[in-house]
Amino acid sequence: MELRYSDADETFRAELRAWLAVELPTLAPQPPRDAWPERRKWDTEWQRRLFDAGYAGLHWPKEYGGRGASPTEQLIFYEETARARAPYVGVNFVGTLHAGPTLIEEGTDQQKAAHLPKILRGDEVWCQGFSEPGAGSDLASLRTRADRDGDDYILNGQKIWCSFGQIADVGEFLVRTNPEAPKNRGISWLILPMDLPGIEVRPLKTVLGSSEFAEVFLTDVRVPVANRVGDENDGWRVTNVTLKYERGTAFVSELVDSIRLCEDLAGAKFVDLDTAGIRTELGRSIADFDALWALTKRNVSQAARGTAGPGAMVMKLAYSEARQRFGELCLRALGRDALHIDDNELVEERLRTLALTIAAGASQIQRNIIGERVLGLPREPR
Amino acid sequence: MDLDLSDDQIALRDGISAMLAARVPIERVREGFDRGLFDELAAAGVFSLRADGFSWADCVVVFEQLGRFCVPGPLVPSLLLGDGRIAGAVVDAPPIWIEHLDALDVLLVAGRGDLQAVDPGAVVAERSSWPLDPGTPVARANALPAGESAGVDTREFEMAGIALTAAFQLGLGDRLTELAVDYAKERVQFDRPIAGFQAIKHLLADMLTRTEVARAAVYSAGAVLDEAADRSVTVRLVRGAKVMAGDAAIANGKVATQVFGGMGFTWEVDVHLYLKRAWVLDTQFESSDRNAELVCAAAGPAGNDVAT
Repeated sequence: MELRYSDADETFRAELRAWLAVELPTLAPQPPRDAWPERRKWDTEWQRRLFDAGYAGLHWPKEYGGRGASPTEQLIFYEETARARAPYVGVNFVGTLHAGPTLIEEGTDQQKAAHLPKILRGDEVWCQGFSEPGAGSDLASLRTRADRDGDDYILNGQKIWCSFGQIADVGEFLVRTNPEAPKNRGISWLILPMDLPGIEVRPLKTVLGSSEFAEVFLTDVRVPVANRVGDENDGWRVTNVTLKYERGTAFVSELVDSIRLCEDLAGAKFVDLDTAGIRTELGRSIADFDALWALTKRNVSQAARGTAGPGAMVMKLAYSEARQRFGELCLRALGRDALHIDDNELVEERLRTLALTIAAGASQIQRNIIGERVLGLPREPR
Repeated sequence: MDLDLSDDQIALRDGISAMLAARVPIERVREGFDRGLFDELAAAGVFSLRADGFSWADCVVVFEQLGRFCVPGPLVPSLLLGDGRIAGAVVDAPPIWIEHLDALDVLLVAGRGDLQAVDPGAVVAERSSWPLDPGTPVARANALPAGESAGVDTREFEMAGIALTAAFQLGLGDRLTELAVDYAKERVQFDRPIAGFQAIKHLLADMLTRTEVARAAVYSAGAVLDEAADRSVTVRLVRGAKVMAGDAAIANGKVATQVFGGMGFTWEVDVHLYLKRAWVLDTQFESSDRNAELVCAAAGPAGNDVAT
């Protein structure tokens, strides 16, 4: 066991740091939360800079334009960019972390050629159309229909929690192609161009007061069958390929950022750290996040050795719960200073963290998964 | 960067685990610590790990196993002194409760500057007739006699002591998860194993989650002791590991008691032995609460000044 990085890894870190030091001061200020066209421009321009410098698609294989970086280099990238306050993946989230990796594993050559280079360059923004009003934790019960008509599918239904729906070019959509089959055997995974006739996107205002999500209404939307990824009715398996990426690596940057927020709070002049219990609780949050960062490293070490333990399975649950405890602590530590958000990211933290134990598999679903897959407990009805 | 066990560490873990399974079953734990047990552990190399060239990370792996088997005794100070004597440790601040006093060859006293060695035979103390943990006899002294320098690096003693105690707590939490899971799979109510009810299943998933997170923290603490890391980093990771492992052990002890239902409140079921040891260890090398405070101090801008 060792925490030290190899010389090669430290060289990678030094180069990245030097590059960030040159690039970051030249960035325009981050646009306001609800200025979606500006946000898109800001995020995709950063993606283009990453691409030009060879840092885009860090974990993608080289043959698809990625860097083919080792898991350790990915960790260093997340750590350094978060520490330097570089832009987060933003509107490129679904494309680079979700859809791209799914296409690499499951897409046809044509699909790969059509989308992967654009995603890497920041020329194509993706959104996700998985959840529906009636299909949340029980995602496989989704009802958006795709009826075959020659070489096309005709889509009808409604999607919800569609991040970046307002400005996306393309969406990864789950649709029901066989209503007769058992619920997880009648689903297909589609690439949906968002400018097709019959698609209506309505922004959905969250507790943050801004529109982080959208609802998407599909009325007789005609999509070529060639846009299907994987076999017809095999979309549930393809989905699990996607979810593996979402649950595995998608929030490593946030974790590093949590550690920074804790350190900020520990040093904040406006926080009364003498208040009984606040210091202790903050210390527990720091211990939580340091442990989760160690767990991330441990998971990477095990993956490299091919000995994956239960660590990857518990990560999402433990992280989201820890982050929520910290969010609550932020409000209490700030007292009446918590009554305004403005540029106060510690208050925003509390609101944002309300979503973490719900999104990408609610904590209750995570506990079912851990109980059944790791501990071998009796299975839930499905 | 590598926080997985090496092949050698896996062999070390499996070796110590097999030895403990053969020599220290739970019936032996219930009999308590004595020189016979110490000699057997010493023969297996437990107390000479450092002299034999094992790293702190290796020691952490061994102490996790000692915790899984709830092995009684002043194991941490005996390893840290490492001269073949049974060593206890106590802080010279009231209330002075000394563990395993009658079994000790030497008592290490902290809180007087450098760590001192005191003759346990010279200590006047009243033995408790009802210790919290049946595996940890305690005696109360009003004052401790003078001693001489123990010749031990006080800082290293403290940091390594915290990490090894945390590793033991991790083992307790891990074993408690196994006990609760096994019982929940067997115990039938409403015509179903209770492990099938989400109310129970989710408790068990949380037990596993706490231990897995704590294990990463403990291994990272072991690793940081082996590397001459910045002092505030070492303090933060080592004390943080004890917060995570200590909280996990106690929380898992309480949940395991709950899962066992009425039987969890009996002397016969082993759960209380693990929970009580977890409570004892929370009083050694500072409590979780105090360690969390020190982690906070170490993470702040004035970290190095406040952190001890």
